[in-house]
Amino acid sequence: MDFNFTEEQTMIRDSLARLIKDQYDFDTRRKVVASKDGWRPEMWAQFAELGLLAAPFSEEDGGLGGGPIDAMVVMEEFGKGLVVEPFLQTVVLAGGFLKAGTEAQKQDHLAALISGERVFAFAYAEPKGRYNLADLETTATKDGSGWKISGHKAVVIGAPWASHLIVTARTSGGRRDAKGVGVFIVAKDAKGVTTRDYPTVDGRRASEVHFDNVTVGADAVIGDPSDSLGLVEKVTDEAIAALCAEACGAMKVANAQTVDYSKTRKQFGTPIGKFQVLQHRMADMFIEHEQSISMTYMATLKLEEDEVTRKKAASAAKVRIGQAGRFVGQQSIQIHGGMGMTDELAIGHYFKRLTMIDSEFGNVDHHLKRYTELSAADVAVAAE
Amino acid sequence: MNLEFSPEEIAFRDEVRTFIRDNYPQELVGLGNREDLTREQFLAWHKILGKKGWSAPAWPQKYGGTGWTSTQRYIWSEENARVDALMPLPFGISMVGPVIYTFGNEEQKAKHLPGILAGDVWWAQGYSEPGAGSDLASLKTTAVRDGDHYILNGQKTWTTLAQHADWGFFLCRTDPSAKAQEGISFILVDMKSPGIEVRPIKLIDGTHEVNETWLTDVRVPVENLVGKENEGWTYAKFLLAHERSGIAGVARSKRGVERLRTIATQETMDGTPLIKTDEFARKISQLEIDLTALEFTELRTLASEAAGKGPGPESSILKIKGTEIQQRLTELTLEAVGNYGAPYARGMMHDGSNEVGVGPDYSNFSADSYFNMRKTSIYGGSNEIQRNIISKMILGL
Ligand SMILES: Cc1cc2nc3c(=O)[nH]c(=O)nc-3n(C[C@H](O)[C@H](O)[C@H](O)COP(=O)(O)OP(=O)(O)OC[C@H]3O[C@@H](n4cnc5c(N)ncnc54)[C@H](O)[C@@H]3O)c2cc1C
Ligand SMILES: Cc1cc2nc3c(=O)[nH]c(=O)nc-3n(C[C@H](O)[C@H](O)[C@H](O)COP(=O)(O)OP(=O)(O)OC[C@H]3O[C@@H](n4cnc5c(N)ncnc54)[C@H](O)[C@@H]3O)c2cc1C
Repeated sequence: MDFNFTEEQTMIRDSLARLIKDQYDFDTRRKVVASKDGWRPEMWAQFAELGLLAAPFSEEDGGLGGGPIDAMVVMEEFGKGLVVEPFLQTVVLAGGFLKAGTEAQKQDHLAALISGERVFAFAYAEPKGRYNLADLETTATKDGSGWKISGHKAVVIGAPWASHLIVTARTSGGRRDAKGVGVFIVAKDAKGVTTRDYPTVDGRRASEVHFDNVTVGADAVIGDPSDSLGLVEKVTDEAIAALCAEACGAMKVANAQTVDYSKTRKQFGTPIGKFQVLQHRMADMFIEHEQSISMTYMATLKLEEDEVTRKKAASAAKVRIGQAGRFVGQQSIQIHGGMGMTDELAIGHYFKRLTMIDSEFGNVDHHLKRYTELSAADVAVAAE
Repeated sequence: MNLEFSPEEIAFRDEVRTFIRDNYPQELVGLGNREDLTREQFLAWHKILGKKGWSAPAWPQKYGGTGWTSTQRYIWSEENARVDALMPLPFGISMVGPVIYTFGNEEQKAKHLPGILAGDVWWAQGYSEPGAGSDLASLKTTAVRDGDHYILNGQKTWTTLAQHADWGFFLCRTDPSAKAQEGISFILVDMKSPGIEVRPIKLIDGTHEVNETWLTDVRVPVENLVGKENEGWTYAKFLLAHERSGIAGVARSKRGVERLRTIATQETMDGTPLIKTDEFARKISQLEIDLTALEFTELRTLASEAAGKGPGPESSILKIKGTEIQQRLTELTLEAVGNYGAPYARGMMHDGSNEVGVGPDYSNFSADSYFNMRKTSIYGGSNEIQRNIISKMILGL
């Protein structure tokens, strides 16, 4: 049993923490989020320089030989700093798909991703699909040796900043069929791609992306175009584990700020932290955070196991973290009183990010359902 | 005991329904839950009700109330909630009005009550201070007697919608040597008085709903003191109990549940309408059950008020449960809209731009409302303070 980080991981963590402390203080973040672009490409360049964009990739793929644990370390620090840059979308998601890509795709896209040159977004959700990854109305139809893609992708996080999109589309079968899901790389400036960009409530940017007969070559396909739902699920589970780590970082800071505030804010002649009802609440917040860390480790460590184990682990973590983030977020605001409601204080922004994390890649209900179904399938197999 | 409406009550309901249908301003339809309206929008319906004599159903008839029974008042709020009508702002009608007609003198009643009823005068509540939130009695703003004036100095905060206010009711310390609760006075202040400065505070959902209110050598005529000097705490507490019962918001939450049901019929999960999934249907049921419990608790409270008992510590139950339900409702609404909870509608529509939101209309502002509603368990005496009140005043702990 070993829950320690390697020397490299500790180094990444420390240097990233320093970078965030120096260049990502809350006031700076506020300005960046409110600026026209909403992010800092120069920050991205620094992430590349630090090796963050290379960390989770194998050496053969041009990376530093790490894996999901490295992504976890990075995402936790990002959570602490409320970093908006699209590491999850580019490194974890697009990177996850490209790892399964052809040599040519790796040489082209993965190299540019690692150097920080190309930024990606993952266009998977649709207006009516909710969290079901197979619920696709976007279609990709054969067009000579390539493909023609049409459809509408909803709330594509990071798309305004991206040069390329990873797009899921139906190549055959009916809506929600497991078979017939394909994955494509599409340059955002390809003919027929239009976007409507907007801010999100947690300070990010997203787009509604429309594909109108966008033609791509055969080299745009990742994996088997007729049967890639498994790949999509695997990469999404990796993203879930990383997202859980981000939530842990955000919870850690929210808890620390709340405890600090309760020690300094005086009412009735005493620091409010002396009221037992608040002490117990903060004890519960602490417990929620610790449990979340445990679940994040668990889910991250099980990413390479068999499909059912991996899915159950990711869902379990997402359920627990969705609940924990909600509790920690709400109670942080409550214990800050009126101050917690102000835009000026960081605490409200942690609350908003934690709220959004709950719904990204499926909320508590969705994953509780998935977990239950997977468990039921287990039971059925055992009974046979 | 009887839950049925009498034929007279049904006739009353129809009268009210027709009146609302024929008179509610078209341009306000659908804006009932927004915090960022203009002064004119906020007051439009209030003014119409003022003309009709219906702006203050709970006031004694003698002062311009309607003389309605508690059942009629219940019907009234139900009917307004049915169309998401913007109700008169609480500061005049539910807060300072009752204080003035209960503790004020004849001149004050004559001067202020008509403007409150008519919706001509906008009031703000100047209670909280940076150092005096839950511990309101520790407030520091002073009012020092100078001939026939008080001179006010200090800083109030969280003053809701003070940017539109004509008058404010302020708690000020008039006897610094007395025990905390004993040296406080309740003073009415013309917000246009020199020395008052109102500065905006932005909330987490991006709205400008509250303010800091700075008072520097503000001269207020002594006749604006309500009741007796140094006895303001009694009036302040009386007002808080009134404020609390107003916060329950049952009729509005019922309407919110209906809206949630509609959304859950349109949103699907794996092709099934959310409303037909066990997970979500149960959550709505639970919410409705909790709301029913609150509703009947409120009806019991109204009935005992009708029997002559003012709102007592029991109003803390309405405050706690009412706000928890409102928060849960916005939480479930946000859940229901799925991915379309993320777009920041206010961020897209700033500076008078006429952009429309993304996603279905009902998804716009769902996250904003959820964030904003966290305030309800904080203001009006936080829910922790309400529980302290129940344990002290009712349980005797
Ligand atoms: C089934 C059972 C088996 C047991 N076995 C043993 C045994 O083998 N050996 C042995 O020595 N004892 C045993 N105990 C006793 C047990 O340790 C005590 O019951 C326990 O310490 C609580 O003490 P109490 O019952 O006097 O409750 P109290 O101390 O009177 O507490 C009553 C309530 O007040 C709360 N409370 C008390 N102080 C605080 C505080 N500071 N802040 C907040 N809340 C507080 C408690 O949490 C509890 O809810 C057993 C008890 C049970 C029920
Ligand atoms: C949106 C909004 C609008 C408002 N509008 C107005 C207005 O118009 N006029 C006005 O005068 N005020 C207004 N308020 C102020 C409101 O009444 C105060 O925020 C409230 O009384 C809480 O005070 P506080 O914010 O200073 O929190 P604090 O008193 O600092 O409380 C912080 C936390 O500690 C808890 N706490 C404090 N004391 C105890 C205790 N003894 N036991 C257990 N827990 C405790 C609280 O419950 C809370 O969770 C508004 C507030 C908000 C957020």
